[in-house]
Amino acid sequence: MSFINYSSREINCKIVYYGPGLCGKTTNLQYIYNKTNPDLKGKMISLATETERTLFFDFLPLALGQIRGFKTRFHLYTVPGQVFYDASRKLILKGVDGVVFVADSQVERMEANIESLENLRQNLGEQGYDLDKISCVVQYNKRDLPNAADLDEMKRLLNPKAIPDFEACATHGKGVFETLKAVARGVLRDLKQMSR
Amino acid sequence: MHDTQLVMYDEDFRKILAVTQRLVKDANAKGVFVVDRNGQLIGEAGEMRGIDTTSLASLTAGCIAATGGLAKIVGEDEFPVHFHQGQRDNLHITLIAGRIILVVVFDERSSLGLVRLRVKKAGAQLARVFEEIQKKSDQGQGRGAGTPFAEITDEDIDNLFSV
Repeated sequence: MSFINYSSREINCKIVYYGPGLCGKTTNLQYIYNKTNPDLKGKMISLATETERTLFFDFLPLALGQIRGFKTRFHLYTVPGQVFYDASRKLILKGVDGVVFVADSQVERMEANIESLENLRQNLGEQGYDLDKISCVVQYNKRDLPNAADLDEMKRLLNPKAIPDFEACATHGKGVFETLKAVARGVLRDLKQMSR
Repeated sequence: MHDTQLVMYDEDFRKILAVTQRLVKDANAKGVFVVDRNGQLIGEAGEMRGIDTTSLASLTAGCIAATGGLAKIVGEDEFPVHFHQGQRDNLHITLIAGRIILVVVFDERSSLGLVRLRVKKAGAQLARVFEEIQKKSDQGQGRGAGTPFAEITDEDIDNLFSV
């Protein structure tokens, strides 16, 4: 749910990175944080366990510039990927404007990817959203690993409707900003549609 | 149904600001923050300017969301009032009309009882302001009709990423 503030001439949107445990959601945000001009970003918050697994969420506020005189700000969140944190995932999806589904390319994680995508659809549904209607992009992460699954097979399983998708290696930054730009574009286009 | 888009005009903002400024004074608070349930900061008043309000808003919303989840587990709708006691500063957090979060930061110059009393009145006033905002939104006025976003082009969007 975007927030348009005429007083401060700002528009705020919420983007959630979703995906199975250890697929690289937090790594995406860390890369964005490290590579963004300090004037454009706020503090990155990670509510994580002692072993650096996301416990509740990561949060990164990002300013993208102005559009028609309004400052556009994106609030990026990740969810905890581990299966048993489902209650937390539902909470973080509240008020979402756009979703990045981060898939783990390793062959042995394919079932976890499918399960997580199904979980995303269900949890969005509980909040009144439809995965097929909300702005969403898919990122195939960890493409550099030797056990990465065939890309066409991943597309067939995880992106049958051919929404925008990107190959990535989040630790090195490949595909990270392309993914972010695509979801931000989708969110702004939705905003345009809603304003008509 | 999920929440509708929140559109706040200058007149709404001024009303919110007036309530928060009065609450700072009446409750002897260090700072008062109004946060959307989804983690967006709506307004602030008091002597705490310069702190990281974006993080404050996001974490407050996370806190309300988590305790809301807990409430449902034990059969409650919400736990609308939270109090966190620190060594110097304390936080009083209230969920208003199920949508807006009012955060009051106070120290030894005030007391929990006084804050509770003043928050009750301010909360009712804020609820009325947000009811009006919602009404405008339902009537279509706040849904973005006539907003600059109806006119944005793909080029505008692309330009955001070209810098």
